[in-house]
Amino acid sequence: MSDVLLEARRLSRDFPSGGGKTIHAVSEVSLQIREGETLGLVGESGCGKSTLGRLMIRALAPTSGEVLYRGRSLTAMPEKAFRPLRRRMQLVFQDPWASLDPRMTVRDLIAEPLETWRICGGKAETTKRVAELMRAVGLPEEFLYRYPHQFSGGQRQRIGIARAIAAEPEFIVCDEPVSALDVSVQNQILNLLKGLRAERKLTYLFISHNLSVVRYLSDRVCVMYLGNVCETGPAEEVYRHPRHPYTRFLLDAVPVPDPRRRGEEVPLLRGDPPSPAHPPEGCPFHTRCPWAEERCAREKPALRSDGEVRVACLKPLSGREDSARRTPDPSGAP
Amino acid sequence: MEETILEVSRLTVTIPTDRGEILPVNDVSLRIPAGKIVGIVGESGCGKSMTARAVIGLIRPPGRVAGGSVRLGGRELTGLLPKERRRLMGSEISMVFQEPMSSLNPVMKVGRQVEEALLQHGVCSRKEARERVLEMFRAVEIPEPEVRYDSYPHQLSGGLRQRVMIAMAMVCRPRVLIADEPTTALDVTVEAQILRLLRELRDRGTGLLVISHNLGVIAQLCDWVYVMYAGRIVESASAEELFERPLHPYTRGLFRSVLSVGEGAETLETIPGVVPSLHHLPEGCSFSLRCSRCETRCEKEMPELRELAPGHAVRCRPAEREALHE
Amino acid sequence: MPLSGRKKTDALASLALQSQLGEEIRFRDRLRRLARENKTAVVSAALILVMALAAVFAPLLTPYGEKDMDLLNRLSPPSAAHLLGTDEGGRDVLARLLYGARISLLVGVVPALLSLLLGALLGVIAGYRGGWADALIMRAADITLAFPSMLLTMVVMYALGGGIGNVFLTLTLVNWANVARVVRAQTLQLKNSEFAESARITGVPSRVIMRRHILPNCLPTLLVLFTLNIPASILTESSLSFLGLGVQPPYASWGLMINTGRQYLFNAPWLCFVPGAAIMLIVLAFNFLGNGLMDVLDPRQQKS
Repeated sequence: MSDVLLEARRLSRDFPSGGGKTIHAVSEVSLQIREGETLGLVGESGCGKSTLGRLMIRALAPTSGEVLYRGRSLTAMPEKAFRPLRRRMQLVFQDPWASLDPRMTVRDLIAEPLETWRICGGKAETTKRVAELMRAVGLPEEFLYRYPHQFSGGQRQRIGIARAIAAEPEFIVCDEPVSALDVSVQNQILNLLKGLRAERKLTYLFISHNLSVVRYLSDRVCVMYLGNVCETGPAEEVYRHPRHPYTRFLLDAVPVPDPRRRGEEVPLLRGDPPSPAHPPEGCPFHTRCPWAEERCAREKPALRSDGEVRVACLKPLSGREDSARRTPDPSGAP
Repeated sequence: MEETILEVSRLTVTIPTDRGEILPVNDVSLRIPAGKIVGIVGESGCGKSMTARAVIGLIRPPGRVAGGSVRLGGRELTGLLPKERRRLMGSEISMVFQEPMSSLNPVMKVGRQVEEALLQHGVCSRKEARERVLEMFRAVEIPEPEVRYDSYPHQLSGGLRQRVMIAMAMVCRPRVLIADEPTTALDVTVEAQILRLLRELRDRGTGLLVISHNLGVIAQLCDWVYVMYAGRIVESASAEELFERPLHPYTRGLFRSVLSVGEGAETLETIPGVVPSLHHLPEGCSFSLRCSRCETRCEKEMPELRELAPGHAVRCRPAEREALHE
Repeated sequence: MPLSGRKKTDALASLALQSQLGEEIRFRDRLRRLARENKTAVVSAALILVMALAAVFAPLLTPYGEKDMDLLNRLSPPSAAHLLGTDEGGRDVLARLLYGARISLLVGVVPALLSLLLGALLGVIAGYRGGWADALIMRAADITLAFPSMLLTMVVMYALGGGIGNVFLTLTLVNWANVARVVRAQTLQLKNSEFAESARITGVPSRVIMRRHILPNCLPTLLVLFTLNIPASILTESSLSFLGLGVQPPYASWGLMINTGRQYLFNAPWLCFVPGAAIMLIVLAFNFLGNGLMDVLDPRQQKS
């Protein structure tokens, strides 16, 4: 097994919210990301996945807990010691409209990390390197002196990716990189990310609310609900045999692109997720879980191993009564 | 054949811009039968939302409807005076938007807002109104309707807000409901609930026009589907037929791009290039630049929308020829 | 024959550049919209330009100097020789108006520019750094703004004495606080923007982020503040000169001209009327231009 690149240990992050309330965006999350693998982070809006992504690369400071990079605590490190590690961990943003400074040309945007880290000798060399990076992400060199608003969403996302890889990182957090894009463009970006991963031996933390997208890129997945990890394990296993009831519902709820399976009675989750300002006592999911028992309201389940999978549930689904309906037949998408 | 309640024919919308006039909706015809869900699917900028807005008369100036007709139960809607239109809005035809938060008044209790819709049309007295609203809240499965009646929009979750919007749109029992990306802003588990709610509305006889870019949503909801590209309808068929036998190269590309939760894949299918700008459409078929089956004629002439199989119309010449040979 | 591969890529590339969403993000495009839609602003800009040119080329436009006395022709009404008449010293009013425009425009532009620089710098630092720097700068701004500005101006001018350099200094000290407040608010917003976060994650140092990402994105706001500060300064200088605290005779400024003309209001009304009209015109023109710019540059006023 390869080395652990990053590890979260009982990581929590609170945000103050109006009226003296506290939002527990991430609570006591522990996970490991191994070198060269892609960990998919799935969950619905407000489950804390973006916050966790930022905590992992020290773009945010945790309220408690720590992040280890190759065994060294990033959290305890003073700013000076962390500085050289900054370029090793980058982020690709969700919104290709907001994450690029509208007043800079593509050349200056991609050159920014190169100049910050003095990767190239002079101006001419920088420009040459920018052109190379543009080719690597599939942007024609002719666009060097264009402004971001002259590009489509997919192309802007390519600029964002070029910026992220420019400083030669080893770890990239992809925060919903395709959810703002059209289907046909989304796949171009996913293919690009996959290609870059192989070429540059990158490790990804891939965050998305879209289960299908996560499945395509991830070796392992981690399902989050209300700031907690419900289930984590190899992607194939989690998708095929979900053990946590929430994972099961999440998979079942994805609308299948096949009209013949329309209106099939799918068990639906009731209600909405509770507010992270008032997470329920005990298991965070018990308020919506049809299998919840009395003890689920009292006891917060810890992550327990079941083979390669780890589940935080007092009464996990066995995984064998697996729904025939959920695994769509391959002809589903013609 | 079922009774058609809404019939759109040859609808065209123009917007003047600095770089000339564009046609975000170009010669679009469609019909919505009672008790059916009709879908428009396409990528951003294809004109699907603009079509919905044009149908209900909400095109923002300087854009305007330049031609065609929208008939609701035999009554022409284009060219109506604002006053007449307001009378029909809500009572005959209604709309639900993608982002419920921006369509609700943030400083007014949601119950009151729904009530307002009722009172404006003089459907019932103020006394009855509250009862009717609560009844509607129950119908759209809002838990604890009495409590929610007095909530402000920001106190509700996204799913509940969308339910309130649907309640507001449906409270005067319109015959047609237009839903523009009704679940795009919602989480999957909540999306599934809203999809079920929309199906229930259909079963009670409402005609629905659903706009979505999500093929899963379209497949799960629609009886009939129109595919739009660069302002035009490029293919239309019943949902079963379309998903089974897509004929237009764009539709095929779109379907191939859909990722499945069920299976992993090595490399993903893509459609090369990007959606063209309406300012610079190719001379012939709008899809010709991205099309693998593009022929010389495709680059010169816009193909017609032709019915190639019963109820299955396609705007593509190579597909036409192929159908003839079969 | 279908398009060849190369040709097709080119066609796609050029199409792709025509994004439909990003229109009017650029400054230039917005100014173009202003020119198209707001005729008042265009006329105002033209008027300001004409006045500025007239002030610069004053010696070419009139044969008289601003200090040339002609005691035989005191208080003569407008005539062919003196288009706008003469004052109590027989000086040509048109000449004094044109030369006075130099002072008045200078008094408008220089303090507006200085307070903009000072205010923007302090505002960005306060907004981006937060903490004690923010507290210190903002309290100073609060104190400045707590005084009635005319009173503050007069106190400082009394302390420093008249003269144009002191007018510049005083007006800068009075006006920086407003700029700092607005820039700080905008900085707070930009600081939390995704592109600023992106720069931080890239490893760009804070001061570079402020210079490269925050300040340039405040420019539209600064431009609006600039055009609105100019007329305020012109008015203040006029008031100061009227009170005898500003520019000293025999130099001309419009406020000073009104002050000296006051004594002859009934027998030579043009002495007050002409500079008064000039002040009104230039102040209105700057205000109209400023409002027009605000309309097109404020993102909240964007057409969606």
